[in-house]
Amino acid sequence: MSVKTRTRRDILGTSALRPDAVPKVQGKFAFSSDLWAENMLWGATLRSPHAYARIVSIDTTAAWKIDGVECVLTHEDVPGKPTYGLIASDQPVLARDFVRYMGEPVVLVAGDHPETCRRALAAIKVEYEVLEPLVDPEKSIDLSVPPIHPDGNLIRRQQIIRGDQSLIGEVVVEGNYELGMQDQAFLGTEAALALPDPGGTGVELYVATQWLHEDRGQIAACLNLPEDKVRLVLGGVGGAFGAREDISLQVHSCLLALRTSRPVKMQYSRQESFFGHVHRHPARIWMRHHATKDGRLLRVEARVVMDGGAYASTSSAVLINAVTHVQGPYKCEHATVDGYAVRTNNPPCGAMRGFGVVQACFAHEGQMDKLALACGISPVDIRLINAMETGDRLITGQTILNSAPVAQCIRETAEIPMPPNMTNDTDVLAIPGGSGLTATPSKIRRGIGWGVSIKNLMYSEGFDDFSTARCTVEDGRVSLKFATSEVGQGFVTLAPQIARTVLGLDEVFIETIDTGIGSAGSTSASRQTWMSGGAVNGACKLVATNIIAEVAKMRGLDPSTLQIQGTDIVDLSGNAVESVVAATKGKRFSETYEFHHQPTGELDENGQGDCHTAFAFVAHRAVVDVDPDLGLVKVVQIATAQDVGRVLNPLSLLGQVEGGIAQGLGLAVMEEIIVENGRVRNPSFTDYLLPTALDAPDVIARYVEVPDPYAPLGAKGVGEPPCISVTPAIVAAIRDATGVDLLRVPVRPQDICL
Amino acid sequence: MSRNITLNINGAQHTVDVEDRMLLSDAIREKAGLTGTHVACEHGVCGACTILLDGEAVRSCLMFTVQAAGHEITTVEGIAPAPGELSVVQRAMQDNHGLQCGFCTPGIVTSLTAYLRDFPNASDDELKEALSGNLCRCTGYMGIINAARQAQKEIQGSAK
Repeated sequence: MSVKTRTRRDILGTSALRPDAVPKVQGKFAFSSDLWAENMLWGATLRSPHAYARIVSIDTTAAWKIDGVECVLTHEDVPGKPTYGLIASDQPVLARDFVRYMGEPVVLVAGDHPETCRRALAAIKVEYEVLEPLVDPEKSIDLSVPPIHPDGNLIRRQQIIRGDQSLIGEVVVEGNYELGMQDQAFLGTEAALALPDPGGTGVELYVATQWLHEDRGQIAACLNLPEDKVRLVLGGVGGAFGAREDISLQVHSCLLALRTSRPVKMQYSRQESFFGHVHRHPARIWMRHHATKDGRLLRVEARVVMDGGAYASTSSAVLINAVTHVQGPYKCEHATVDGYAVRTNNPPCGAMRGFGVVQACFAHEGQMDKLALACGISPVDIRLINAMETGDRLITGQTILNSAPVAQCIRETAEIPMPPNMTNDTDVLAIPGGSGLTATPSKIRRGIGWGVSIKNLMYSEGFDDFSTARCTVEDGRVSLKFATSEVGQGFVTLAPQIARTVLGLDEVFIETIDTGIGSAGSTSASRQTWMSGGAVNGACKLVATNIIAEVAKMRGLDPSTLQIQGTDIVDLSGNAVESVVAATKGKRFSETYEFHHQPTGELDENGQGDCHTAFAFVAHRAVVDVDPDLGLVKVVQIATAQDVGRVLNPLSLLGQVEGGIAQGLGLAVMEEIIVENGRVRNPSFTDYLLPTALDAPDVIARYVEVPDPYAPLGAKGVGEPPCISVTPAIVAAIRDATGVDLLRVPVRPQDICL
Repeated sequence: MSRNITLNINGAQHTVDVEDRMLLSDAIREKAGLTGTHVACEHGVCGACTILLDGEAVRSCLMFTVQAAGHEITTVEGIAPAPGELSVVQRAMQDNHGLQCGFCTPGIVTSLTAYLRDFPNASDDELKEALSGNLCRCTGYMGIINAARQAQKEIQGSAK
């Protein structure tokens, strides 16, 4: 991608516009699904129709005979490692002896047209011995069912034991919470174009992904190629939200391309996409909170069960996030937590925005409301009384070193004006049921609810998820090189803002995003502003130092007396010595910088350890209208104050906040992949409901700006927090409106009115 | 069965061989090579494939290509008043951060273009209803609604 932006105004702190907005509104931006190559074949995947079965035989003879079919591949054709996976390599590239979830890939075909491929898939005969699927996570914990995978049915167990294990509070509340399976539902389905090198010595893959280098490592291992023979280029990404962190069609498209010696394009249909990527873990969480009678939280007990589905993906990390966040953004000294991530024959689950913390937060916020009720204080006061601060310790023993303005987030949210009450003039579209005219306006009840959350930023448990960037300045122009996946979040806007600010140059280009430089880590865990922002900032600062040194040398000045201010190099008294453009005329400066975050450690068997890198906080207040007759909900307003450290781009930040809130609303009242005995029942946008413009609430956002001392730009990651505590806030508001003790999301109409 | 038909897309004639069953969205992307029309749900829910057929917003994944012969098709690539320029709606989408990943954007641009032409005085709730046929997973819609308001003001202003 080549990006040229115009004016000086697009520095840090301004609402610089997306450089890719123009091609995107013109329809000219190439998404990975738009890619095309001369002599290209199409690839397609035969998937298991069963949740659990033994493969008796695979007969591909008839498929090979179809005109236009160039290649049919099974597990026998995988030249390298037969499995892949982000943390544990436990998922077969193609199923060999068993299929463990509905939709598991079994056979690949490449043909001259998608319709040829469909005919070929239909001609393949796979004989299955269908087995009883393991679908109850509890049976994976109690080991009452034989292992469905050589790695066993328990993916990870983690306890947290801290403080007094027999402490009983003056006030004790408990609840059983449950979350359904949410889908990331990005609009651009999985797509890739694989281009084989002559002689099959390597492959180039254009793909929509969150993490080019991790994909490359997994692909190279399965192809039995050295990593430098596998080159990845970011194809245009139509949203991600966690679903592109795992491998989907990456290895498959490369296998087909190498085998046929022709370019191969693969693209999932919407239905296939539901089977082709991991989802948010459904969870069952029991919690018991102990407090003093005036509402001070003393001890949290929790049991967390997360259904990882058939393969491990990131389940063990999702579990750690869940169990280490059960206390929420509240002071708590004593804890007894038992957490399990288990394997079942349900769809595999992994990363989705919020990554385990969404699940924990829904439960701990339900508990805080129960505690408020039991202590006779307001939902706001119970949260203020217990609000975490810098220097407090988590139940893991880790001290919060980051800025932690929890109370400020709550207070600022509380100050946001309430929406007007419904009147006779309220448009029917704005009330529950909308144009269906199902609600009797006089019976509609309004409710208010709160949610507050803490979210870890970056990766945890000793993982060094560094990021790399190169800054080159030539003739007054900057070019930036990095492998940071742009999935819509806006790093292509932010990176040039950083460069302009540090270097005092206006013209900034972004080079092709590919594996031609060191890893940037994943676009996940709210980490790219901090990590890749830190890398770009570091590289630009090195170049700035070199430019200043050059100017100092030419003019016989002491470089320590010079700095870049605005677009000039200035001396100690602020007088311009030379513009940066002039200083770099006919010259070239280039530096590469690797940014690493603070090291983290492991958790011990009692769940103690400094396992997280940093934390961000947010508060949400939801106002909802409910039609109690039909159980229909209209979310009227979300007020929020988010701990962002520092606002780098107000417009871009607001987009993350509003978008995250819509996804949290989806989990609260609309979205669920319905799985029955291992079978997905609603793999389409007709049956999996996503929020529309009419469902989206008014969002009123404020930002708490306490620059974080550990963040390279003072700014915290902002992607995940918006979607975390908004879900419990909405559910609390529905409880407030109806008096029904709702403990499961999504809240369905029948949960309210029946 | 395959037919040879002529499609009028963005003022250009495309003579193509298509199977009767070929969807218009596929023909626009594969036969005419205009990949700005996106397919995200394949059955008329998400609105990403919205085009203008004789000026009316329709979902190109719900039409057969042969049904479009003889009609004037406008895709997102044909919305701008001139090459290199942006339409009022396109510019408003950019100005108001009405997109992030941008996959839904072409459908929103085409839908809003037709709606604001026909209903330049729509209320906020009506704008939201008009947009409710287009799914966006990134923005939470607020930026898109702001874009619709900005475009509406400009259209109202130029009509005076």
